[in-house]
Amino acid sequence: MISLEHVEKRYSGTAAPAVGDLTLEIGEGETVALVGPSGCGKTTTLKMINRLIEPTGGRILLDSTNVLDQDPVLLRRGIGYVIQHTGLLPHRTIRQNISTVPRLVAWNDERIAARIAELIEIFDLDAELLDRYPAELSGGQRQRVGVARALAADPPVMLMDEPFAAVDPIVRGRLQDQFLDIQARLRKTIVFVTHDVDEAIKLSDRMAILNVGGVLEQFAPPETVLREPENDFVREFVGAERGLKRLALIKVGDIEVDDGPVVSPSASADEARRVIDEAGFGWVSVVDEGELLGWVDRHELEGCATAGEPTPRPFSAYVTARDSLRQALDSVVTSRTAAAVVVSEGQHYRGILTLERISKEIVA
Amino acid sequence: MGMLSLVVAQFEGEPIVRWQWIVDHLDDVWSRGLQHVVLTGSSVTIGLAIAFPLAVLASRHRWTIPPVTWAIGILYTIPSFAFIFLLLPITGLSQTTVGIPLVAYSILILFRNTLAGLDSVEADVREAAIGMGLSRRQVLWRVEVPLAVPVIIAGVRIAIVSAIGLVTIAALIGRGGFGQFILLGLDTFFPTPLLLGVVLSVALAILADLLLLGLQRLVTPWSTPGGTRTVAT
Ligand SMILES: Nc1ncnc2c1ncn2[C@@H]1O[C@H](COP(=O)(O)OP(=O)(O)OP(=O)(O)O)[C@@H](O)[C@H]1O
Ligand SMILES: [Mg+2]
Repeated sequence: MISLEHVEKRYSGTAAPAVGDLTLEIGEGETVALVGPSGCGKTTTLKMINRLIEPTGGRILLDSTNVLDQDPVLLRRGIGYVIQHTGLLPHRTIRQNISTVPRLVAWNDERIAARIAELIEIFDLDAELLDRYPAELSGGQRQRVGVARALAADPPVMLMDEPFAAVDPIVRGRLQDQFLDIQARLRKTIVFVTHDVDEAIKLSDRMAILNVGGVLEQFAPPETVLREPENDFVREFVGAERGLKRLALIKVGDIEVDDGPVVSPSASADEARRVIDEAGFGWVSVVDEGELLGWVDRHELEGCATAGEPTPRPFSAYVTARDSLRQALDSVVTSRTAAAVVVSEGQHYRGILTLERISKEIVA
Repeated sequence: MGMLSLVVAQFEGEPIVRWQWIVDHLDDVWSRGLQHVVLTGSSVTIGLAIAFPLAVLASRHRWTIPPVTWAIGILYTIPSFAFIFLLLPITGLSQTTVGIPLVAYSILILFRNTLAGLDSVEADVREAAIGMGLSRRQVLWRVEVPLAVPVIIAGVRIAIVSAIGLVTIAALIGRGGFGQFILLGLDTFFPTPLLLGVVLSVALAILADLLLLGLQRLVTPWSTPGGTRTVAT
């Protein structure tokens, strides 16, 4: 879909090229992350694809035509572009911002209105925001509008330069999850720049790790990069906690969870104590016909007739099949129960994950 | 100070304002007001027509900024009545003789503000606009100019207010708008027209300034959050 062939960019007045000789093949529907240390040429590479920066050597093929042979203005209308601080037009309402490219390519009003309705649905934006100006939105909302605007004319290719870097970590996490959902549906060809290795691991199908001068050190799926780093540069770049980072790639739903200690609220207190002692956690989950009510510990059962008599306490955090093992691990180490409880829709009890269970995946 | 006490001595015995004189000269008030407005309005308009393309050029080709600023700065330093007298042999007692200095003086402030306005557009916004596929011209007219409007209008306000003051000097060649009253008052040691001329000039300047401020609010609703829009929900 996109192929860079021996691409070079030398800025005038600089000795070494910003990007020396970069060859990269990106498939249709693929999400590729460009990562690497500051100044290694990520932004330069990205901007050469839509010709915001003109390469000084090599070819860039988009759908097998050289972008250098196309009118740059028309080329850009067919490529979604998202930047860190969104670049929303401050004097245009959100509606007008989103319709920028559709208007440039002369869609009619009905088609634009229909597309906007679709986009606010996809991006979970409030229709009320449409008539506001960018300054009247939160950072997270602006970021979503920035991505929605880039997608407005339904371009097959999207370029994103640190799209989620300007928002706080919690909002960033949500935007990343939303990105994954949307990308699973739309299957665009996406090239994005990030200097957050975890973000690249989480979002990309393949990551291109660049060294200074745009030298490609490794171009492989995150799983491979973490398991078999090509060289010392990559090893150092992805960091010491490669094993931990791999956990981000494994979903709770992908592995077998432990059953964990469980009783029904109608079970006798003696029965509950027996289950607790057998499991050795000091507590037991109370589950009523599949629904998780909470947990009770051993001494709370003192003087009670049934397991349901003391009010079960809620777990501090729950994980679902869609969460990663990394999130599960976080939940284990921060909870008082020394285990992450796994539930599905409607608090349906699935089991638990313990430190031992998760570390098995690190060494696997 | 000697001059001033002489003037004061000459005015002695005269009431500050003779209202009847004003009533008798309402026609003059009207026609000179019109002259004042037309002179000011046309010269600032022409000034903007010259300064705007210069500023666009300068924002695109930064190296032109020093020479352009230097050239219009020189014009700015010519004292106003020297300017008028230099032009007299060429353009005579016409409107043009007054108009040229007025235009020349307005260019500097209009050029500077237009350039500052264009420069105030954030790099991100410009980059996103180009990245979406707006042409050079579309970026200028749809992004840079609208965003520069508040700063440009701020420049127009200053240019208008100073032009209104300067027009009075043109009374020397009979084209001074309200300045004609001031000159008459000084020539005849008669305070009524003098005060009338000053008050009307100041009033006109304040009025023009307020109108332009209102215009700016109207055309840039995004810069006054929660401002002029009514949102149907
Ligand atoms: N317009 C320019 N003129 C000269 N040199 C430039 C220009 N833009 C970038 N460079 C240089 O080219 C190199 C690559 O810059 P680039 O912006 O592509 O890096 P990056 O990987 O995106 O870095 P970061 O993570 O900090 O954003 C840097 O050494 C930078 O200083
Ligand atoms: Mg960069």
